[in-house]
Amino acid sequence: MNGNVLQVEDLRVYYPTRAGSVKAVDGVTLNLAAGERLGLVGESGCGKSTMALSLLRMIKSPGRIEGGRILLDGVDLTLFSTDEMRKIRLSKISLIPQGAMNSLNPVMRVKNQIIDGMRTHRPELTRQELDERVGETLDLVGLEREVTMMYPHELSGGMKQRVCVAIAISLRPKVIVADEPTSALDVIVQKQVMETIEELHEQLGAAVILIGHDMGLMAQFAERLAVMYAGRLVEVGPIREVFHGPLHPYTQLLISSVPLLDEKGSFRGIPGITPSLLNVPPGCNFHPRCPQAKEICSERVPSLVEMAPNRWVACHRGEV
Amino acid sequence: MTALLELRNVTKIYTRGTFKRSGTVALDHVSLSAGSETPTIVSLAGESGSGKTTMGLLLLGFLLPTEGQIMYQGTDLRQLSASGWELFRRNVQAIFQDPFAVYNPFYPVDHILSVPIAKFGLAKSRAEAREKMEQALVGVGLRPEETLGRYPHELSGGQLQRVTVARALLLRPRILVADEPVSMVDASLRATILDSLRKLNRELGISILYITHDLTTAYHISDSIVVLYQGSMVEAGQVDPVIKAPRHPYTQLLVASIPWPDPDHKWQSAWKIGDRREGPAKVAAGCKFAPRCPLAMPMCTQAFPPFYQVEANHAVACYLYRDSPILPMDALSQAFSTGSALGSIPSPP
Amino acid sequence: MAAWLAGAISPLRRNPQLVTGLVIILILVIMGPVGMLLVDPKGAKVGTAIPDLPPSAEYPLGTDTHGRNLLPVMLLGTPQTIKIGLLSGAIGLGVGIILGFVAGYVGGVVDNIIKGAADVLLTVPGLLLLVVIAITVKGTVTVNMMAVVVSILAWMWPTRTIRSQVLTLREREFVRMAKLGGMKGPEIIVQELVPNLLPYLASSFVGAVASGILASIGLEALGLGPQNEPTLGMTIFWALRYTAVLRGLWWWWGPPIVIIVLTFMGLFLISAGLDQIANPRLRRLT
Repeated sequence: MNGNVLQVEDLRVYYPTRAGSVKAVDGVTLNLAAGERLGLVGESGCGKSTMALSLLRMIKSPGRIEGGRILLDGVDLTLFSTDEMRKIRLSKISLIPQGAMNSLNPVMRVKNQIIDGMRTHRPELTRQELDERVGETLDLVGLEREVTMMYPHELSGGMKQRVCVAIAISLRPKVIVADEPTSALDVIVQKQVMETIEELHEQLGAAVILIGHDMGLMAQFAERLAVMYAGRLVEVGPIREVFHGPLHPYTQLLISSVPLLDEKGSFRGIPGITPSLLNVPPGCNFHPRCPQAKEICSERVPSLVEMAPNRWVACHRGEV
Repeated sequence: MTALLELRNVTKIYTRGTFKRSGTVALDHVSLSAGSETPTIVSLAGESGSGKTTMGLLLLGFLLPTEGQIMYQGTDLRQLSASGWELFRRNVQAIFQDPFAVYNPFYPVDHILSVPIAKFGLAKSRAEAREKMEQALVGVGLRPEETLGRYPHELSGGQLQRVTVARALLLRPRILVADEPVSMVDASLRATILDSLRKLNRELGISILYITHDLTTAYHISDSIVVLYQGSMVEAGQVDPVIKAPRHPYTQLLVASIPWPDPDHKWQSAWKIGDRREGPAKVAAGCKFAPRCPLAMPMCTQAFPPFYQVEANHAVACYLYRDSPILPMDALSQAFSTGSALGSIPSPP
Repeated sequence: MAAWLAGAISPLRRNPQLVTGLVIILILVIMGPVGMLLVDPKGAKVGTAIPDLPPSAEYPLGTDTHGRNLLPVMLLGTPQTIKIGLLSGAIGLGVGIILGFVAGYVGGVVDNIIKGAADVLLTVPGLLLLVVIAITVKGTVTVNMMAVVVSILAWMWPTRTIRSQVLTLREREFVRMAKLGGMKGPEIIVQELVPNLLPYLASSFVGAVASGILASIGLEALGLGPQNEPTLGMTIFWALRYTAVLRGLWWWWGPPIVIIVLTFMGLFLISAGLDQIANPRLRRLT
């Protein structure tokens, strides 16, 4: 067994519709080492949220996992039954979903919402032990103990989000999938919540996948970065290398489209429109917008190839 | 010089219940002016609850102030005649945050362009109207044949937002209120839209009020900036000094929290501030930021600090700078005018 | 506009509920005129046949104690009942649209008055009010008068619901855009708000029709309906009056009930179908 706590192999998740098949995740291969901080970045409509949900087998019908494997500690999750999946959700792998703060039960106190999940997985714990664990978990996310008796509407946005993080770590899982955990938060609170996630990552040793579209957050948090475009990965590598020396044209354009607080007016857009996942261009799905497209790009799908140690790129330019 | 559009000492309280007992103070004695001879781009920056959206709605005449006045060409909006109101509508336009919400799903996207053309008499014939619409779309980088006649759900958010910008291009208002125009648009499209806005300003002389929570885009697009916190202005001036060297503790915190897209430039561990509980601001008097400010002094909770002019084009509402000259309230209106560079501030008494 | 209609029609094919419902109601309405071509309408009059006959080849639905041939009675009566429903539904919706839009858009004192009136009348026991009104009406009651009486209670619910829809739409940004484009209040209501509410108005109409029919049948069963018309409710009234249940004359009280059930099923299916159009989340994906 290698040091990878999560191994995704050629995952395909499609949503069949009347108009055709929406290929939200189209052959994604990705590894996550134990305790690693991986960032999965992509714009809206690239399939990253579907990725997040499929890791927890939470894809709603009619969408389904059409192919590939998801190995958690060597065991293939795609083969699990509903019951088996329920046992490992929250305890081995958990999710901080998008807009999580709006999914807190408004009529339950914080304490009970955290206990809810714990009790299902560890029915043998006594009331006292549960209370203690709730306290410890809240400490980990930087919330005061008095929050346990509060209702969600008494908390600010950042506090609610931290409650959601607390729920996600309550059973100390090995993998935490954070799907845009700070998207609705103000920038100051965003920093607090991200720092919270970073701290508890250090304390728990869990691997964290941060999914989002904000390159700034990725730069601050991730150790390794995977770039997703229209259902496929285009580049993976250590964060500094990807930022300072992006190899895929999309990554290059993406980075230059993010404004810095340096020279004014120095950021550019990417021409063209993101393709709909219903109608992905043939060959490389970025080729219609790529300034460096060659003829082969519209014919063959480039596979993710290791161009340099730990640097993976899906692009025909590297080939001769 | 009279500014085209002005907020004079405006307070806006959202009341709960039929009797005005409890209420949320959205804006607290705020003054601002826009649309003078030199059209500039001013950012109104703040987080949620800062009152920036309320300011936008007040300037557009969609809300009435609880106290204070909103003046268009020197006349209070409430006293504007019918023709005055028409002029107001003609000259003050907007772009909103949600690209989809401004389109009535029943009509194709042309509707948003054809209505003002008809109402404001911008074209004498259908052909001329059509030509103007096509020109405007081309001006923002869209292809008319792919856009006109389509329904909103057939286009992407980015395209819809560009059509809204095209509308501003077509109408040529004097003032454009842009409320978070790119926050719901993909990163790859933001630069294009912001470029179009800059073009509106430089080439057509339209003054823009850019309302945002994103300091980075504010830095790139605007000339001057006003920072809002819980309904009050806390810092204002030209965008370079305010963002590169912020003076107000809140602005400093804000700038320090921006996630730099550079792995070698990590967040500094700024001082930890307490959590903000939900509920209306409990601060009766004094600086609104005092409860969370690590540098708060006893005088901070006594009365709201006036604006101190720390540089020629930079003013801060914070007692830390009480050694600098005060900027009086009526000079405030003019000092933050999008027209003048803030250098021409009358010397205080 | 045409494209929008086309967009609205193609879901019809995917909307079996709406189509089924419409077909049912259509049959029930056409039943009358078509039926009259096949059956002698005079058979519905009193004393044209031997009373209390069970169904046979000559009288497919049997006869009642008054000597009426029940088949033409059903064929004539059903469209009448539905007509009452449609008329009262239309009046109720018409009033509801005007009051609802005005209350929702204008707000303030006007809103309070309209809202208050609707709320007060909503709490009054409907049938009681109708009974009082029906009793007070002098002279013979006709089908049209029934419709008007029933519609007195049909406008409140549409007013309330349309008002709340307008309240939400009013703050929508496309209304703000319309204002920025120079449109005034009434124009905005007609051009921007009404088109968006069409599916909603349609289903409000169906609801008003359904409650109109129910109210009219209720009144008629009590004997307060048009005495000389063979509507469904009056048939039930006569059946009850002549203890048809105890006497085992199932062919008398049975068919009206079956038709009433069919009518409401049809109306419900239409309403569910309209709901699918108005609420895209309910549309089937595959």
